[in-house]
Amino acid sequence: MQPAIHVRDLRKTYDVPEREGGLKAAAASLVKRKTHQIKAVDGVTFDIAPGEVVGFLGPNGAGKTTTLKMLSGLLYPTSGEGVVLGFTPSRREKAFLRQIALVMGQRNQLLWDIPALDTFDLIRAIYRLPTDNFIKTRDELLDLLGVADLARKPVRNLSLGERMKMEIIGALLHTPGVLFLDEPTIGLDVTAQKKIREFVREYNRRTGATVLLTSHYMADVEALCKHVIVIHHGRILFDGDLSALVERFAAYKTIGVMLDDTSLDLSGYGEVTARESDKITLRVRKADAPRVTAQLLHDLSVNDLTVESPPIEDVIERVFASSSPLPSGESQGEGAEGGVLTL
Amino acid sequence: MKSWLDLYFTQARTAVAQQFQYRVGVLLWLVGMVVEPVIYLVVWSTIAAQQGGQVGGFTPGLFATYYIGWTLVRHMNITLTPFAWEQRIRQGDLSRELLRPLHPFHNDLGFFIGMKVIQMMVWVPIALVLSLAFQPTFNAQPWQYVCFVIALFTAFVMRFALTWALGLSTFWLTRPRAFFELYFTAELIFSGRLVPMSLMPEWVQTLSNVLPFKWAFGFQLELLVGKLTPEQTLFGFASQAFWFAIGLLVVALLWRAALRKYSAVGA
Repeated sequence: MQPAIHVRDLRKTYDVPEREGGLKAAAASLVKRKTHQIKAVDGVTFDIAPGEVVGFLGPNGAGKTTTLKMLSGLLYPTSGEGVVLGFTPSRREKAFLRQIALVMGQRNQLLWDIPALDTFDLIRAIYRLPTDNFIKTRDELLDLLGVADLARKPVRNLSLGERMKMEIIGALLHTPGVLFLDEPTIGLDVTAQKKIREFVREYNRRTGATVLLTSHYMADVEALCKHVIVIHHGRILFDGDLSALVERFAAYKTIGVMLDDTSLDLSGYGEVTARESDKITLRVRKADAPRVTAQLLHDLSVNDLTVESPPIEDVIERVFASSSPLPSGESQGEGAEGGVLTL
Repeated sequence: MKSWLDLYFTQARTAVAQQFQYRVGVLLWLVGMVVEPVIYLVVWSTIAAQQGGQVGGFTPGLFATYYIGWTLVRHMNITLTPFAWEQRIRQGDLSRELLRPLHPFHNDLGFFIGMKVIQMMVWVPIALVLSLAFQPTFNAQPWQYVCFVIALFTAFVMRFALTWALGLSTFWLTRPRAFFELYFTAELIFSGRLVPMSLMPEWVQTLSNVLPFKWAFGFQLELLVGKLTPEQTLFGFASQAFWFAIGLLVVALLWRAALRKYSAVGA
């Protein structure tokens, strides 16, 4: 099957001016300006199948947003290949722009001073949407996100969460086949985050749209994405199933032991991280987990026992911490299958 | 064609809705813009009175017609400022437009057409007050008034294309304001904004014929005061069409290169 998003060795380099402080350096920079290159995206390669919801993870400055901007046609790549739904984004063909949407959590796409309904109508005219279809889609989206009664308020009078919901509706009125979501839940309260997550899942289910999502909230990723791509310093560190990522990078397991007597000293089995009225939580090295579990069941009268992987945040943190920049030209991850990893 | 009309109409309506949010701001802004022509009007009316009632064929009444018309021409001519260009490119505001299947040129043009509706509504009472105070003379032919109204719009579209082309410099220059200032200063001298062109030295008048500025400003005002022949009027419209085409050509040639420079910072 042809991938919805196909990226090969995509790069974006910026020339950034630099100079020493002081008047002398300022004067010198008038004659000769020094620049240095920043590799925002340094040869990324991945494929995303049609209908997938993929988490694009990385710390600040990793290259996530730059990649999204290149794939949505906002930025011209320095080199490499990006193909979205068969189009080269940098050509910015109208047929391409009609099929994608980019929602940026920290950026307003709606007109600030007027009700969202007015911006929606402008979007209708720009995308040349048939009025009947437009009204049907708009009302469905407003209902799905529960903001129908807010659409007549000026956007500036909406809360952050309400605005983000309107932003998402504005981006989906033309029912894009590929949706780029850049931190769509940033700054939102837990309820609004959950609502948006459910909405994205529902939109994907109903339309079969491909979604590439960046988020600092692992709850977003866990709820929506089976497939994750981890980027750091502009390079892909991991491309594969979320479960494979956890399996590979979870350095330890958490064992919860339910006991009648929780005053027992279990430090000999592993690091005790919590002690409750009926439960002791231990942290043990992943490799030791089967042996420690068997030992606990053998030595103690255990009421119940759970073995869990660490929170995804911890796993991701470990991926970033254990990464080191590769020498230029060395190969990167080679696709989603099997979770190819380069460190 | 229908969808283009729908697009421009909707964009203009959106602009009207936005401007209505700032009624007092728009009013104060327009009142502020009246100060400049009123100063010119008072100065030239005084000079005319001292020189036996007229200067270069302009009586105080004709000066009043010229400078009251000036306020309308100026309002109709307003396009994107260099500050707006800096904002949209340096802050990444352009990204919103670039994600849509429509050249931002159309977006801006539709928006400014909408703005004119509001400006016109506020201009009418201001013009009435100025007319009561300065007693303009209306002695142009009916066809000249008709051409004046048409030229108001064609001049705006021409100036819009030229300043839009100029705005593209923002993709390459950190501070394009100096570039714009150069344009605006030349416009002040060669357009008839400062002084009716017929009162300027001969060489300025000759040069102004081959520059774009007069066709965005003085041309309409000379029609309003009845100083143009049908041939001169046709030449004026042809000049506007020529400079409009130049503006579009520059936009078409530079747009792709400009987008390659766009860094979508902050967006």
